[in-house]
Amino acid sequence: MTTAITKVTTHISPNEQLIFERSQTGRIGYRLPALDVDEAELNIPAEFRRDDDLEGMPEVSEVDVIRHFIRMSTWNYSIDIGMYPLGSCTMKYNSRLNERVARIAGFANLHPLTDEQDAQGALQVIYELQQHLAEITGLPGVSLQPAAGAHGEMTGIMIIRAFLDARDGDASHRRTMLIPDSAHGTNPASAHLSGFSVKTIRSTAEGLTDLDHLRELCAHGDVAGLMLTNPNTLGLFERNIKQICDIVHEAGGLVYMDGANMNALVGVARPGDMGVDVIHLNLHKTFSTPHGGGGPGCGPCCCTKELEPFLPVPRIVKSSDAEFRLDYDQPRSIGRVKAFFGNYGMMLRALAYTLTHGNDGLREATEAAVLNARYVAAGLVEDYDKPFAGSPMHEVVFTDKRQSRKGVHTLDIAKRLIDYGFHPMTIYFPLIVQGAMLIEPTESVGRQELDQFIAAMKSIASEAVENPELVLNAPHDTRIGRLDEAAAARKPVLRWKPDTD
Amino acid sequence: MLKAIGLGSAEELFDSIPQELRLQGPLNTPAALSEIELLDQFEQMGARNAGARRISFMGGGAYSHYIPTIVDHIISRSEFFTAYTPYQPEISQGTLQTIFEFQTLVCQLTGMEVANASMYDGSTALAEAVLMAERVTKRSKVVASSAAHPQYLEVVRTYVQHAGIHLELAQFDEQTGQSWQSLAKAIDDSTAALVVQSPNFFGCIEDLAALADAAHAKGALLVVAVTEAMSLGLLKSPGACGADIVVAEGQSFGVPLSFGGPYVGLFATREKYARQIPGRLVGEAYDKKGRRGFVLTLATREQHIRREKATSNICTNEGLIALAATVYLETMGRRGVQEAARQCAQKAAYTARAISGLKGYSLPFSGPVFNEFVVRGPMKAVELLARLGKEKGIDGGIALERFMSDRPNDFLVCVTETNSRAQIDALVEALETI
Amino acid sequence: MANVPEDLHYSKDHEWVRVEGGEAIIGITDYAQNSLGDVVYVELPKAGDEFAANEPFGSVESVKAVSEVFTPVAGAITQINESLADEPEIVNTDPYGQGWMIRVKMANPSEVDSLLTAAEYEDFTKAETE
Repeated sequence: MTTAITKVTTHISPNEQLIFERSQTGRIGYRLPALDVDEAELNIPAEFRRDDDLEGMPEVSEVDVIRHFIRMSTWNYSIDIGMYPLGSCTMKYNSRLNERVARIAGFANLHPLTDEQDAQGALQVIYELQQHLAEITGLPGVSLQPAAGAHGEMTGIMIIRAFLDARDGDASHRRTMLIPDSAHGTNPASAHLSGFSVKTIRSTAEGLTDLDHLRELCAHGDVAGLMLTNPNTLGLFERNIKQICDIVHEAGGLVYMDGANMNALVGVARPGDMGVDVIHLNLHKTFSTPHGGGGPGCGPCCCTKELEPFLPVPRIVKSSDAEFRLDYDQPRSIGRVKAFFGNYGMMLRALAYTLTHGNDGLREATEAAVLNARYVAAGLVEDYDKPFAGSPMHEVVFTDKRQSRKGVHTLDIAKRLIDYGFHPMTIYFPLIVQGAMLIEPTESVGRQELDQFIAAMKSIASEAVENPELVLNAPHDTRIGRLDEAAAARKPVLRWKPDTD
Repeated sequence: MLKAIGLGSAEELFDSIPQELRLQGPLNTPAALSEIELLDQFEQMGARNAGARRISFMGGGAYSHYIPTIVDHIISRSEFFTAYTPYQPEISQGTLQTIFEFQTLVCQLTGMEVANASMYDGSTALAEAVLMAERVTKRSKVVASSAAHPQYLEVVRTYVQHAGIHLELAQFDEQTGQSWQSLAKAIDDSTAALVVQSPNFFGCIEDLAALADAAHAKGALLVVAVTEAMSLGLLKSPGACGADIVVAEGQSFGVPLSFGGPYVGLFATREKYARQIPGRLVGEAYDKKGRRGFVLTLATREQHIRREKATSNICTNEGLIALAATVYLETMGRRGVQEAARQCAQKAAYTARAISGLKGYSLPFSGPVFNEFVVRGPMKAVELLARLGKEKGIDGGIALERFMSDRPNDFLVCVTETNSRAQIDALVEALETI
Repeated sequence: MANVPEDLHYSKDHEWVRVEGGEAIIGITDYAQNSLGDVVYVELPKAGDEFAANEPFGSVESVKAVSEVFTPVAGAITQINESLADEPEIVNTDPYGQGWMIRVKMANPSEVDSLLTAAEYEDFTKAETE
């Protein structure tokens, strides 16, 4: 059986050192012109100047740098290599056209403190993207300032807080944020940053928000709001969403929607029509801006007319003479959440995505994303435990329940998938599903690749029965094997230091 | 495929969404554009940004520096820019090792012991540093310099408004443009941290060592923010001065202006506070065969595990921009960073000397500067700069009146290694004629 | 099957208590260390700190989880196990011996009587696993 492993990659240079270990005194990789002004003694006192001569910083040539990074790049899996079915992360294709747009000199060279009239094109981009996101979410107030999803969450929850404080006065006793047990960890962390304490709502056996529990928690009278992901993190649409919003509103609270899963809804249904008050979007998920190995993101916040006065400043508005302006005159605003205007380069890419897809293309992408998830769900249901019977939207959750009887767990299945040439799915999330495997294929894969993925998963399921060792020791063909993470956390080494021997 | 899963139409995919919640018609967004049309539309919008074509002396938190060509080449590699957060170390060693190098470079430049994998930008990194100081000291008062970047102070104010932190401002000195003296005086036993930016918003260098002594004498932390990270190539590192947390905007290291983002926040501190740091950390680890690799580590600080008790809510950071900074710093290297910093300081000094010799112009602050300084002109700076732009094609700086209403004639001039002597002379001549 | 020594008292939060004179030695059970996995960090209070019964006094971290640990009995800390700072893995290898966490001067020694016996704790963990 061991011969059945398919090679993923061959590593030309598996042992590229750290750049600091390659450094050679006197090597340079830069080309600066000679100083063209008369050199004079600076008025900076000696005690304010560096006296360590930047010892330890690398000294390498340009070709050293190129080889260094290109070698390391071969150790990475990426969307451009193949399917990246990380549930909740929406790893879709990143169009090169959008990259080109973001590098147009008229944007790339523009200083953020340029006067409004000398930056009209840049402001127009922000304004138009705001308009499109308002239409897509059904929520008219939009700020593109937050830099990522969690930042958008914090912004949205601070808006709720500001609204309640304005409505109820300083003595507002509403300090409880309700969050389902299936939520992303960022939700409670963001609620905490806005001064709320968190109460957890149970999910039903069906995988949906427990309405009775919600009513019970709302009856305490201290509820500021609810943070809900829809479709939820189990990939299921909360079909009672309207009722959920009504319950929270009747209790005097507001509904925040985590928009991480908007890829299931764009062009099909709008959070604003469901009763949601405020949402954040992840442009680096739904709107295809690249994930870059961890960022940058962009986490726009969209809200109702009622909440609009609380959005961060400056607002980007269009005046009557069709000029785009920065509006700071928003006395009820929560304030600024980031210097300048946010991750502007991501806005350019997201606008390009929206315009190249067009309104029909946006809906088609949603259909394909849901269809692909449904196809995977149908393809794996005989081999893996599917804990919820409901039809999934853009992602589907399975568990390791059957395989774990043989001692093969979710982590092992994920690692074995690497040997088959796929990036693993999201594992052990959501936390309420033991041994969860959350699969989100996105619209960026075709049937052929889905069939391969399903075949790989089925093959792993039979390996788990016939040859569990093979799965337990995976991956077999990567640059390194499983790393001792416990030892790394006990005695953390977080930076390179010169050898003192 | 629909048939394979037993469905008759695409609409049936959405059966779990109640009919009344589904859109009944198409979205009211534009129809699809071809590549040619799209590029044309964006080129036209780009052309409406006159500011992007001018000779520029604007700084104030975003700086024009030389970017080696290979930076964009490397960050455009699919393997880096289309990868996710490195949750599966066996197939993410490229990203993980670059972050480990980034953390090391940040430590070397700031003079600190540990650095994280990046924050959104300098302003949010500063806000996170203030929250961390409160966690470490369990005190609630924070004194910040009024000479810090006004937008950074606004962001800090937003972040702390519900955190039970009382934020006070210490005034800068009208003579020197520095604030360290009044900061040192404002400290008391309930102070969690002194927050200072150096070089500050006016370009003036603060006495960090004096502030560190003052803070530590009262059991408080010194938080230092740096907006012009290039200054670290010349100025004594905040770590060597005794800072406890150092944050910086890393845009100066190979990142285009791009109208304000994406940039990258640097965050560094002392080893003893490693478990209080926000954001991701990469550490060294070994596999069963003894091969060295890298993993995300100390993750129990983070939101996906500790939820509302996490050190921060941050998840996505600025990975690709941190990579750009890493490629930049390794290409420029030890000598390149020093040379770029030297040229910035020398060219700024040359410019300041020339402008201060002009009739009607003066330099209101006497404190030492790196590459930015305040000029007081003969007329309202907003008008002066507008005329410079329109008539001479030069962005001569930033009018301080946009941030401080009591300084109508003052503007902030920034000079970097990208400004040639000819450009500087053109600025000086233009100021003289206007 | 987890090891549950006869001579100790147990809490439902999976701490054990060994009584020595007026002092209680407290740690986490074999069952607890086993479900946590490799312990990488133990956060402990300072000697002299006082705790009510069932109050969190610290936390135990594995690579991907963190659990608070609670004082089953009220009192003041007289000593902490300082060797856990360098070798947290002792909690895994010897939870009832070298892996102890704190010594407490009990405010109310009779509190121990309300804790679970070894047999009761064993039943409790069995029920929790099922």
